[in-house]
Amino acid sequence: MLKTLGAQIKEFKKDSIRTPLFMILEVLMEMMIPFLMASIIDDGVEKGDIRHICIIGAVMIVAAFIGLYAGIMGGICGANASAGLAKNLRKAIYENIQRFSFSNIDKFSTAGLITRLTTDVTNVQNAYQMLLRMFVRAPISMICAMIMSFYINAKLASIYLIAVIILGAGLFFIIYLVSGYFREVFKKYDDLNASVQENVAGIRVVKAYVREDYEDKKFSKASYNVYKMFVKAEKVLSYNAPLMQFTIYTCILGISWLGAKMIVVDELTTGELMSLLTYCINILMSLMMVSMVFVMVSMSMASAERITEVLNEEPELVNPANPVMDVKDGSIVFDNVDFSYKKGNGEYVLKDINLDIRSGETIGIIGGTGSAKSSLVNLISRLYDVTNGSIKVGGIDVRDYDMETLRNQVAVVLQKNVLFSGTILDNLRWGNKEATKDECIRACRLSCADEFINKMPDGYDTYIEQGGSNVSGGQKQRLCIARALLKKPKVLILDDSTSAVDTATDARIRKAFAKEIPGTTKLIIAQRISSVQNADRIIVMDDGKIDGFGSHEELLATNEIYREVYESQTQGGGDFDEKGGAE
Amino acid sequence: MGRLLKYVGKNYAVHLVIVAVCIFVSVIANVQGTMFMKNLIDVYIVPMIGKRNPDYGPLLGAIINVAVFYAIGVAATFAYNRIMVYVTQGTLKNLRTDMFHHMESLPIKYFDTHAHGDIMSIYTNDIDTLRQMISQSMPQLLSSVITIVSVFISMVILSIPLTVVSLIMIAIMLFTTKKVAGLSGKYFIEQQKALGTVNGYIEEMMEGQKVVKVFCHEEEGMKKFNQLNDELYDSANYANKYGNMLGPVNAQLGNVSYVVCAIAGGIFASYGVGGLTLGGLASFLTFNRSINMPINQVSQQLNSVVMALAGAERIFKILDEKPETDKGYVTLVNARIENGEVKETDEHTGQWAWKHYHRDDNTTTYKPLEGDVVFNGVDFGYDDRKMVLHDVKLYAKPGQKIAFVGSTGAGKTTITNLINRFYDIQDGKIRYDGININKIKKADLRHSLGIVLQDTQLFTNTVMENIRYGKMDATDEEVIAAAKLANADGFIRRLPDGYNTMLTNNGANLSQGQRQLLSIARAAVADPPVLILDEATSSIDTRTEKLVQDGMDKLMHGRTTFVIAHRLSTVRNSDCIIVLENGRIIERGTHEQLIDEKGKYYQLYTGNSAGQLQ
Repeated sequence: MLKTLGAQIKEFKKDSIRTPLFMILEVLMEMMIPFLMASIIDDGVEKGDIRHICIIGAVMIVAAFIGLYAGIMGGICGANASAGLAKNLRKAIYENIQRFSFSNIDKFSTAGLITRLTTDVTNVQNAYQMLLRMFVRAPISMICAMIMSFYINAKLASIYLIAVIILGAGLFFIIYLVSGYFREVFKKYDDLNASVQENVAGIRVVKAYVREDYEDKKFSKASYNVYKMFVKAEKVLSYNAPLMQFTIYTCILGISWLGAKMIVVDELTTGELMSLLTYCINILMSLMMVSMVFVMVSMSMASAERITEVLNEEPELVNPANPVMDVKDGSIVFDNVDFSYKKGNGEYVLKDINLDIRSGETIGIIGGTGSAKSSLVNLISRLYDVTNGSIKVGGIDVRDYDMETLRNQVAVVLQKNVLFSGTILDNLRWGNKEATKDECIRACRLSCADEFINKMPDGYDTYIEQGGSNVSGGQKQRLCIARALLKKPKVLILDDSTSAVDTATDARIRKAFAKEIPGTTKLIIAQRISSVQNADRIIVMDDGKIDGFGSHEELLATNEIYREVYESQTQGGGDFDEKGGAE
Repeated sequence: MGRLLKYVGKNYAVHLVIVAVCIFVSVIANVQGTMFMKNLIDVYIVPMIGKRNPDYGPLLGAIINVAVFYAIGVAATFAYNRIMVYVTQGTLKNLRTDMFHHMESLPIKYFDTHAHGDIMSIYTNDIDTLRQMISQSMPQLLSSVITIVSVFISMVILSIPLTVVSLIMIAIMLFTTKKVAGLSGKYFIEQQKALGTVNGYIEEMMEGQKVVKVFCHEEEGMKKFNQLNDELYDSANYANKYGNMLGPVNAQLGNVSYVVCAIAGGIFASYGVGGLTLGGLASFLTFNRSINMPINQVSQQLNSVVMALAGAERIFKILDEKPETDKGYVTLVNARIENGEVKETDEHTGQWAWKHYHRDDNTTTYKPLEGDVVFNGVDFGYDDRKMVLHDVKLYAKPGQKIAFVGSTGAGKTTITNLINRFYDIQDGKIRYDGININKIKKADLRHSLGIVLQDTQLFTNTVMENIRYGKMDATDEEVIAAAKLANADGFIRRLPDGYNTMLTNNGANLSQGQRQLLSIARAAVADPPVLILDEATSSIDTRTEKLVQDGMDKLMHGRTTFVIAHRLSTVRNSDCIIVLENGRIIERGTHEQLIDEKGKYYQLYTGNSAGQLQ
């Protein structure tokens, strides 16, 4: 894991090394000061030697300024190194995701990828900065202070050694206890917030059933439980400050008592005693700092692990060695295709699929949820690879094509489709970067998007908000179809892409397709019988198998599922929304 | 700030006083220890130097004395740390529960006008920053201030001239800190902005990642990303650079101050200026160190205090939102009908009546609950400027089925939201069993209405409890009976733990249709005389859809039903079909009447079945 993350430091290696070096320099300077201080008191003040005070004082000021320079440089390098690592990490993650196939994306989920690119990277950035600046500084500071103390007086300094061991053990024990508690607390805390979320989203249900009091009581109870657990965890934590104080105080008193005795018998000077007392706080504070860095780094470990997962993920689909760069026509052949999302567990989503679709045909696909309609069409543009068997487009196995060529020739309008922030034209040109405005308008006419675009104040230059939140569902779908049409594909696949478009417009789109792009093979997945019944042939899917394949009339006569769906829709189903949310 | 303190003090006034006292004691013990350093050298060590048989007795006594003070200090530190745990967590708990309690009482309008993400962020981010502030910043600020004051006094006692030198150094330090912090703050804001942009872009591109792949748009996306990422790097670099400078600048200026005081003090001590002794100088230098630290802390804590206060403001804003008002006084009571007269009773009779008190003549009348709903000249708008419904007139006799049809945005859902008073009307009247619904207590009004929304909301709990949501005191048998009526029993029994299966994440493991069946069962167990149904438009697979339809039909039987209809069969057998357009009723009548009229309904009906019935 560290190797993977470390590889992303790249051009910031220099700063990553310089930071701790500067920090060490800063610490050395800082350590000199109490030492010089002792010299001032002993040799200067006690002997009334003002010259000595001034010389040593000047040395101290120089030391302070070197320390200042080192501290600032360390800060600058540390900032650069950590911000740089974050930049490189984000870039590397993003780049790797671009190589992902659909199955890689499914594995991590969209939300998972977003968290890794945002929160997790920030966590690692902060931890890295802490690591560079403090993780070296604090122990060095502790060791230096310790060496200085021993140099001054080994007997007295051994008290510190004992104190460090005791305090270290105490801190470790507290951290050990607390981290376990906190993990538990934060889980409960997340649950609590999830229940708030639930209530905010479901406020209408709560109010409609007059359950305010009930929810209130439930929440109070949960909130009280979280309170209890927090108190339990923080109670342990509250030993921290007094323990620290206790150790420091004990050291001060011990040193004072023993030191005084030594001074009297001339084994120690008063100046040295003062220095020793200063180092005491230095040593114990550094120890505290080490424990803090330790906690922070260990907390960011989970983030580092999640990032590593994405960085090490290998894309499942790769281009073949000598790819075919041209798709001859829009014919599609499925030859004994089995397909499973998880390799090797034998749970096939599609089983034994054989299909022969001629170029230019219009094929309807119908079936209940979970009957694997989307899985079937996603294989054609090689969004996933088949598990067994093969699929040929234009007579050539899809795995032999250059992926970009194939996907440009087999255009899919996905079921969960998205528009991006930018103007309508920007969005349309996703289909073809060089498309002229006229070409865009033509595509929009075909998908019946032209009519509503013209009604918008800025027409084709209307700005689409993120996720297309300022257009309705039906409008979005029509724009997505237009975008796919601009590819001028040989195969066009609509995966339930007109569900929010009203029936009449839906019919007009299909009519336009038949007239304007007769040479394109069209596959239309739909829930509404009316969307598919005029297709050349219709595939009826049921539980990952093809239950029927034929024209509307043939299926009505021979296929039971098809007949059932047809009857339920013509006798009682259908959508009564005029232009179903389209306008 | 004041309000927050008041809020904390409401429950923890005594605690806070004890905490303040403990912090004071702890600080004084610390200062007292530092003062001892002065005496250690001057009073105890120096006189003993050179003596043959030094008497350690006084020194031992003094050390024991200090040790006692220290022990009290440690105890006080422990005490206030411990008490603060309760104060912090207790206050946060109170804030959370108060906020939740208040949120539950807010009108639907509040939730319409506030993004759910924003509301959530108050519970998470704002409460979290507040935790930091109450548990860390507040005690630290207090102890810093006490330290500064007491150390300052001690410094003045030790040597006034040296204190002046020290103060000058502090002034320089504060000035530099302010400069650097200002720069760092400026870049931090820039960094937050850049981070927001990058995160927004990441979110958008990840949401659309599959589309990116389908359109082979990876390269273009990357170009933009790299540009934004570089901008973020620049601002983050600057922000952290200046942020990191603050520490060393303060520390080294502190050291310079130390040196300057040492030289000045050394000179003063050598010449005995202002009675400064060697031990006094040693103490002073320690004080000099210990005053720099709290001053740095105060300047650093102020940032987080400002942030937390902004969060506190948002918290109090939600607490200040006006709750739903309810001036209703007509209540729903169990009733028994004796000799044609309605009598109130305590037992559960299955029959209900409206208890209506008339103030004018001090009488109480009872009216049986039947489910008769009348709209008269109702105007409504979500805000006063723009009306959504105009002059709506409606009559629904008990047991009738009223269907609303019309395009999205015509006002179908709005009408149903008025019946249960999710929103209050601007003009006109709605009567329920002849009573103006404004006079009915909201809780009782809503109890008498069942509602099945299009998007089913399920709660984290068992299936059983989710259905029981309709009627809290329903027995398990009643719940199962309701599930059977709603056609939900079948699939529930096939779930791993049947009725005891836990649902999480809004029932993520159930299909759309199954969730809808649960919502129907929920309404069924409530068994209300009036139902509001919103039929699902989204495509459910055909088999479940059939179950949903049957379940709804069974539920509607014998109840006054308002249904936002999408299915022909529902519409066709309604007692009255209301066609809405732009917030007005444009047609009404039965299916046959409306077909004969050849108006909008006819168009919808035939247009809808285009290609099938022509």
